[in-house]
Amino acid sequence: MRNVVIIFRRELASYFATPLALVFIVIFLVLAGALAFQLGGFYERSQADLAPFFNFHPWLYLFLIPALSMRLWAEERKSGSIELLMTLPVTPWQAVLGKFLAAWCVAALALALTFPIWITVNYLGDPDNGAILAAYVGSLLMAGGFLAIGSCLSAATRNQVIAFILTAVVCFAFLLAGFPLVQSLVAGWAPQTLIDAVASLSFLTHFSAISKGVIDLRDLVFFASLIAAWLAATVIVLDMKKAD
Amino acid sequence: MLEISHLTRRFGVLTAVDDISFSVAPGEVLGFLGPNGAGKSTTMKMITGFLAPTSGTARVCGHDVETGGLAARRSIGYLPEGAPGYAEMTVRGFLEFIADIRGLTDGTRRARLDDVVARLGLEGVLHQVIETLSKGFRRRVGLAQAILHDPPVLILDEPTDGLDPNQKHEVRRLIRDVSKNKIIVISTHILEEVDAVCTRAIIIAGGRLLADDTPQGLEARSRWHGAVTLALEEPVALEVVCARLLGLPEVASAEATGPRSVTAFAREGTAALPAVGALAAREGWKLHELRPETGRLDEVFRSITTGRAPGAGDA
Repeated sequence: MRNVVIIFRRELASYFATPLALVFIVIFLVLAGALAFQLGGFYERSQADLAPFFNFHPWLYLFLIPALSMRLWAEERKSGSIELLMTLPVTPWQAVLGKFLAAWCVAALALALTFPIWITVNYLGDPDNGAILAAYVGSLLMAGGFLAIGSCLSAATRNQVIAFILTAVVCFAFLLAGFPLVQSLVAGWAPQTLIDAVASLSFLTHFSAISKGVIDLRDLVFFASLIAAWLAATVIVLDMKKAD
Repeated sequence: MLEISHLTRRFGVLTAVDDISFSVAPGEVLGFLGPNGAGKSTTMKMITGFLAPTSGTARVCGHDVETGGLAARRSIGYLPEGAPGYAEMTVRGFLEFIADIRGLTDGTRRARLDDVVARLGLEGVLHQVIETLSKGFRRRVGLAQAILHDPPVLILDEPTDGLDPNQKHEVRRLIRDVSKNKIIVISTHILEEVDAVCTRAIIIAGGRLLADDTPQGLEARSRWHGAVTLALEEPVALEVVCARLLGLPEVASAEATGPRSVTAFAREGTAALPAVGALAAREGWKLHELRPETGRLDEVFRSITTGRAPGAGDA
């Protein structure tokens, strides 16, 4: 655990040593606000909730999270520092977890800085703050899921652009797993159980459940196990390919 | 103790390291010699646990690098090829990160950091970001990182590559300074380095271990070992000199190596100098110089790694 904390701190500091974290946070805040007010019709709906704000999060994450995760391992491989890191007395799990948590922390910070919109809605009306909190939790978990996918795909390549594109594509598939676009890919040939299994992986379905204010244990377990699975995959990919 | 036994690594059809075995005892500085692509870095990556061997084992201080990886890695200080580091960190931040992850605690942490910073002359760049450093400083930061926890085993992959002569001298002095009671393995293709710091040298090429000897032992394999060069003051028929020299039982061969100089190559296990000196006095040759030669490591290296007999075709 000590090593996880040390790696986490180093990684987090390096996000802020380069403009990456700041650019991410600023763009996230600007777009989240703009989408909620312009496309979401935050005022026009005349409802005291944050649905128009949270509805756009999956789509924002789709292209912002890969930008955050692409450097996690690809950069280490490119610069060769992976050889340094993996020959220090740390286990691959500690390294993977420390780095992932640092990236998640940046995402969490961006999310936390959207608090003015929460103040606004409380000023204008009387929203269900429990539901808003639940939506924040759901959004954070979804960001973690995207980041875990990005961590694994970043470990698979030394090229950050490839890591970005692969992550965006895989995240898109997970996002829409329950929708016709992805369903039609499996519907033709797969048995019904597989189709249902794929549909159950949909980020959108799980996220919208939570963002309505219903924290169901199954949705939490879904995101937690998804993160764990992709991080485990990162460890395996690293083990296989670290020296390539 | 560092024990390498039958270490082999294949990449697809390519065998990068082919059944290498050797062991290094504390106090030894082992020079790992070989042409580029000989398998030096691959071997070092396996010793440090970065790369898993296809077969064979490496044991560091009693810990197998595969089954006891963490313990083995704790006792190793490693400078990877090219001295990679985290470009966006300051030198101080980077060294503190390494100190933390190496588990140095408050008392020793400060002392060790001060020690390596002073040893490697990093005081002036402590607050500089690593990517803005010159190549020499980056290499020194890499070395500082490797010796920070005062490990019993140091694996240094081309520690002086790309440094200027002064920096090379500094790095070699550092290696000699820290070498007491440590196991040090350095890879290099600079032969003068072997003479300068190593107590033992291993030559590998094509992934195979071809020679394992002291630097002096390797030099003795050179035909220049024990040879004597005579530089004559006035023009003499060099063929005559050569013929006379060949008459000596100690001399294996003699040939003209300059317009007025002749080199007599000693028969193995003999010293040519006294006999050649006596002969020159008897013959009344006016000598400008009578110079004993030492073995030439580059020639031995070439002949071993290319599989030709020493001295064949290149005098």
